[in-house]
Amino acid sequence: MYSKILILRFPKTEVQKPIVCHLARDFDLMFNILNATILPRKEGIMVLELSGAKKDFKAGVRYLKSQGVAVQNASQEVERDEAVCTHCGACTAVCPTGALAVQRPEMAVDFNQQRCSVCELCVTACPPRAIKIKPIRQIFFE
Amino acid sequence: MAKQAVNKTYAEINARIKSGEVVVVTAEEMIDIVDQEGAEGAARQVDVVTTGTFAPMCSSGAFINFGHSVPGIKASKVWLNNVAAYGGVAAVDCYIGATELSEDDPLNRVYPGEFAYGGGHVIQELVAGKDVHLVAKGYGTDCYPNKLVQKAINIATLPSALLVNPRNAYQNYNCAVNYTKKTIYTYMGTLKPKGGNANYCSAGQLSPLFNDPYYKTIGLGTRIFLGGGVGYVTWPGTQHKPSVERTERGVPIYPSGTLMVMGDMKQMDPTWLVGVGLQGYGVSLSVGLGIPIPILNAEMATYTAVKDEELFTHVVDYGTDYPQGRSRHYGVVSYAQLKSGSITVEGQEIQTVPLSSVVRAREIANILKAWIEAGDFLLGEPQFTLPGPE
Repeated sequence: MYSKILILRFPKTEVQKPIVCHLARDFDLMFNILNATILPRKEGIMVLELSGAKKDFKAGVRYLKSQGVAVQNASQEVERDEAVCTHCGACTAVCPTGALAVQRPEMAVDFNQQRCSVCELCVTACPPRAIKIKPIRQIFFE
Repeated sequence: MAKQAVNKTYAEINARIKSGEVVVVTAEEMIDIVDQEGAEGAARQVDVVTTGTFAPMCSSGAFINFGHSVPGIKASKVWLNNVAAYGGVAAVDCYIGATELSEDDPLNRVYPGEFAYGGGHVIQELVAGKDVHLVAKGYGTDCYPNKLVQKAINIATLPSALLVNPRNAYQNYNCAVNYTKKTIYTYMGTLKPKGGNANYCSAGQLSPLFNDPYYKTIGLGTRIFLGGGVGYVTWPGTQHKPSVERTERGVPIYPSGTLMVMGDMKQMDPTWLVGVGLQGYGVSLSVGLGIPIPILNAEMATYTAVKDEELFTHVVDYGTDYPQGRSRHYGVVSYAQLKSGSITVEGQEIQTVPLSSVVRAREIANILKAWIEAGDFLLGEPQFTLPGPE
């Protein structure tokens, strides 16, 4: 199973078409829409998690590009500073994917990067501000 | 012939601490001991039970004496890292409160505000040994002619820095939900609409005042773990309210007792005094606090064996009831249910979210246990205990 979170940008001319549904019907991929702003006659943007066999994944992304959709890896990820986190649990109130979750019975807060959709809600919800957003491609920033 | 009932004194327990014979367990460990040995047997075996809690405690702050400069100033307005401290005490003293915000904080103008820096953060930075920028303004007097002092202060060179918290370690607190149609941002954290989550803030079975519900061993002079160092209980905290409904075990099921505590900040540690920002609400200070409870008799053994299953609180709507001061509630839940990850309120399953760190509370109880076992920490016998229920 191959899975990635992608940012899709739909040109103004393409927002009317049901492009994403073809990923499931023609390429046997599963998608989970994490964020979407698609308005008529405007550029649309969608963040989605796409999962399936790696071969299908690549074919699906090729299809998206052929339809004029710009495909980008979610270029940021969430990082938790272990030295700052107090394991209070406040972040679990806002985390929509369960990436931040309380482990029981220890009651420690576990962060599962694989499940994180980089929605950034935890950044300001964390009382001691232990969570930071960092770019994945360090090379541009170093 | 029946054995005589256990009846220890503080002096006897302290003698055992000095001789290294003392038996100390945490409040979590005590549960099984009383279960197996019974209260009398556990009281014979165990001398001290340690407790702990680590959570935002807004009613916290510090008295800072920053020493005289030349020429002298009678500082009437004081700022530490641009956070206002109360300057209306003597000439070079001030009180920095945990919830005071940085002067240029945008507050809730862009809602919900981030609340990145305030008094709690200043306290943490001071304790961490960082330099803090002080600005003091005075109006000038014959004896203190200076009108403005700006300097870096550091805890190592401050004449005195005292943590003085008027209300800490609340004995129980509400479980907060939100039944409005939009997300709200409260001192109980973020509450999603239509009962999206239920937030609570207590260490439960590890929490100090849950383990001595009638304050039989806690009062002026009780020596405690405070902010990573040694502190003292000095008074019942503000809003101390012992006369609320209690369970058969004597544990209050509403917010009840509180503690006023103090200690020398110079021996504290920034791990246990953490400045926090509560989105949409303000800033505060997370305080690590632990109390050793002497097992003077079987009664104290029984109290300290209390379990999450036997601790209860009320579910309160922070969307409308709480801000409007209505006393309505949506039922009673146990801390065992709260810690399980979900509760059922009026037929709806709701995710529970802790704000009090059980991981840190457990660590505090273990540190305190180690201090006592090492003979470094003697029990303080209170001059008087906190007022109990009428």
